[in-house]
Amino acid sequence: MTNANEPSGQPQPQPSPSSTTVPELRTGAHSRRAFLFKLSLYLNGAVGAVLAVPILGYLLGPAFKKDSSYKSWISLGPVSNFPEGETRLVDYRNPVTTASDGETGNVACWVRHIQGNQFQVFAINCAHLGCPVRWFEQSKLFMCPCHGGAYYEDGSRASGPPERGLFQYEFSIAGNNLMINAGQMPTLSNSACLKKPLVQIAPNPSTQDQEKTSWPA
Amino acid sequence: MAGMKQRAFQIYEWFERRLGLTKPISEAAAHPTPPTSASWWYVFGSAATVLLMLQIVTGILLALVYTASAGEAWASLQFLNHSIYLGWFLRAIHGWGSDFMVAIVLIHMVQVFMFGAYKYPRELTWIIGVFLLLCTLGMAFTGQVLRFDQDAYWGLGIGASIVSRVPWIGGPLVHMMLGGPIIGGQTLSRFFALHVFVIPGILLAMVAVHVWMVLHLGVNEWPMPGRIVSKATYDREYHELTSKQGVPFVPDAAWKDAVFAAAILLSVIACALFFGPFGPSGQPDPTIIQTAPKPDFFFLWIYAVLAYLPPELETPFLFIAPIVVIGAMLLLPLVAGEGEKHWSRRPVAVLMVAVIAVTLGVFTHLATFTPWSPLMEAWSGDPTPTAYLKNRSPLERQGALVLQDKQCRNCHALGGVGGMRGPALDAIAARMTEDQIIRQVLQGDGNMPAYGNALSPAETRALVAFLMTLRGNNLSPAIDASHTLTQSGAMHVPVPPALSAKTP
Repeated sequence: MTNANEPSGQPQPQPSPSSTTVPELRTGAHSRRAFLFKLSLYLNGAVGAVLAVPILGYLLGPAFKKDSSYKSWISLGPVSNFPEGETRLVDYRNPVTTASDGETGNVACWVRHIQGNQFQVFAINCAHLGCPVRWFEQSKLFMCPCHGGAYYEDGSRASGPPERGLFQYEFSIAGNNLMINAGQMPTLSNSACLKKPLVQIAPNPSTQDQEKTSWPA
Repeated sequence: MAGMKQRAFQIYEWFERRLGLTKPISEAAAHPTPPTSASWWYVFGSAATVLLMLQIVTGILLALVYTASAGEAWASLQFLNHSIYLGWFLRAIHGWGSDFMVAIVLIHMVQVFMFGAYKYPRELTWIIGVFLLLCTLGMAFTGQVLRFDQDAYWGLGIGASIVSRVPWIGGPLVHMMLGGPIIGGQTLSRFFALHVFVIPGILLAMVAVHVWMVLHLGVNEWPMPGRIVSKATYDREYHELTSKQGVPFVPDAAWKDAVFAAAILLSVIACALFFGPFGPSGQPDPTIIQTAPKPDFFFLWIYAVLAYLPPELETPFLFIAPIVVIGAMLLLPLVAGEGEKHWSRRPVAVLMVAVIAVTLGVFTHLATFTPWSPLMEAWSGDPTPTAYLKNRSPLERQGALVLQDKQCRNCHALGGVGGMRGPALDAIAARMTEDQIIRQVLQGDGNMPAYGNALSPAETRALVAFLMTLRGNNLSPAIDASHTLTQSGAMHVPVPPALSAKTP
């Protein structure tokens, strides 16, 4: 296999200076090498595509996990810890933690014991942007320190920027224990969002009913 | 002596023969610069680069000790602050260096904008610069997360809550951001990777391109009113300017860059020395809820905007506004790539800078004292001013007690002390009648929750009695004008005789 521009035994009659001295022009004529180079590019593209599968899978892994896979039923302690008519702060260890989580694996929530087996368990995170809300017994309000969101004792929106009431955990009573279904930070996009946003900007009917029934005057 | 010199030259020759860097470097250093551009106004870009170098050096030094684990990061910062020799000082330099870098990058951007330096042929330099600004802000945010304290923890919560509002893919995005179901070990690890590997890598690569383009295209000439940039003539004009009057960048212009960079570095060191490192504040334990998290200085304005946006506008604003703003910055040189460079001929540009600066400044200022947030301790910490209790009936004093006990002070100030979420109550009875106050307290309105469930009739009566004594500096009490008119029958005034006489 010979190429026109490769040095050969015979002296070339008129060596064109441009085709022999300029490397770009020289390689251009080597259709085989140019073809092999192109082939190598395709080869690397294919290898890159194969490599991208595990990389993307690794990166996107957390995104494909379902909400329910993180959640499990955990105990908040005996029902007797929560006197009727009171709202109390309680901590629990997140059911899914890793070795490096440390104290960030602890989660707080507010438990409101209405009466009998009626409870409400509120996430600590404000429904606006997730800051920790605080309960004020005297004014029966949850207040958020970040942007001034406030909620009534039943968790419905009272004022401020939140679009909705506090996030609530599902609960059940197992034996004498108060159990909640928990495991992930509640946000507007996961299963904590039992009610769609903007519902509670209009007055919540349940709150109004309650206001009527418990209205002392 | 002469022998040593010769020996040194030989070593240099040995390297130069192999590296071949002297020629390109000296050419780049001596590239001709318009004499007017050897100005103190042209020093911010180089200062930002010097600060980046400072951040890289101090960042590597901090990484020698810092532990990027959610369980240990906070303790390792305490260790750096208190147990490592000069650890606090290195943390302080890195923290203040970050603030200075954001500030200098912003000033650099404003200067480039005002001097029209983004116009032809430097459009791409500006576009890369926009990404450099975003990277710098990204470094500031991720750095704040690595200072893994309460502010960082709840800041991540705010970030996750914002991300969760992205339509359709919000949920997966939150899990991507947090690396798991909660803010924890994997969250810190990925922010560490972003802060230490990903963003600095992008930043350095883009700084290299940015600086290369400055060398390749030349430093922007000092703008003159009436000297119009046109794609047809600019290259020739700039070449004439630099070839006829140009001065070598080093040393004619570079000495100012060097002096300014030294001054900035000294300022960082001085701030670090006098004000110390930033935090860490309380430990990142989500069960400690007695906290009012706040972002770092350059993100305070966002914090304020999020408090003031009406709830139903918030989500659209959060996702549309950044796209519009960043899009506008990227498109600016493509849309306005020609024409006047001088600020005196670009009133809209000047106005925009002024309005944006004032807006950001006002929001930042507001976020330093967060008037929209209830003061959680005001009800138990700030007593009712004694002047408001003198010569008051027992019922009214009982009302003052109700006002304190029901946390009204968390949102309402008395005597200039207390929350600012609601209006100050010092002169409330001069603005609202008794009926209006009762209605407002029981039913709530605007930003005020309804207190009907939290107040007994007796408490309400006492509270309103006390509020009715608050008339500021003895202002006359508010009256319901319509009430008086209806009672006196004055609502049915017949047409005055003077008027009726005129009507035919």
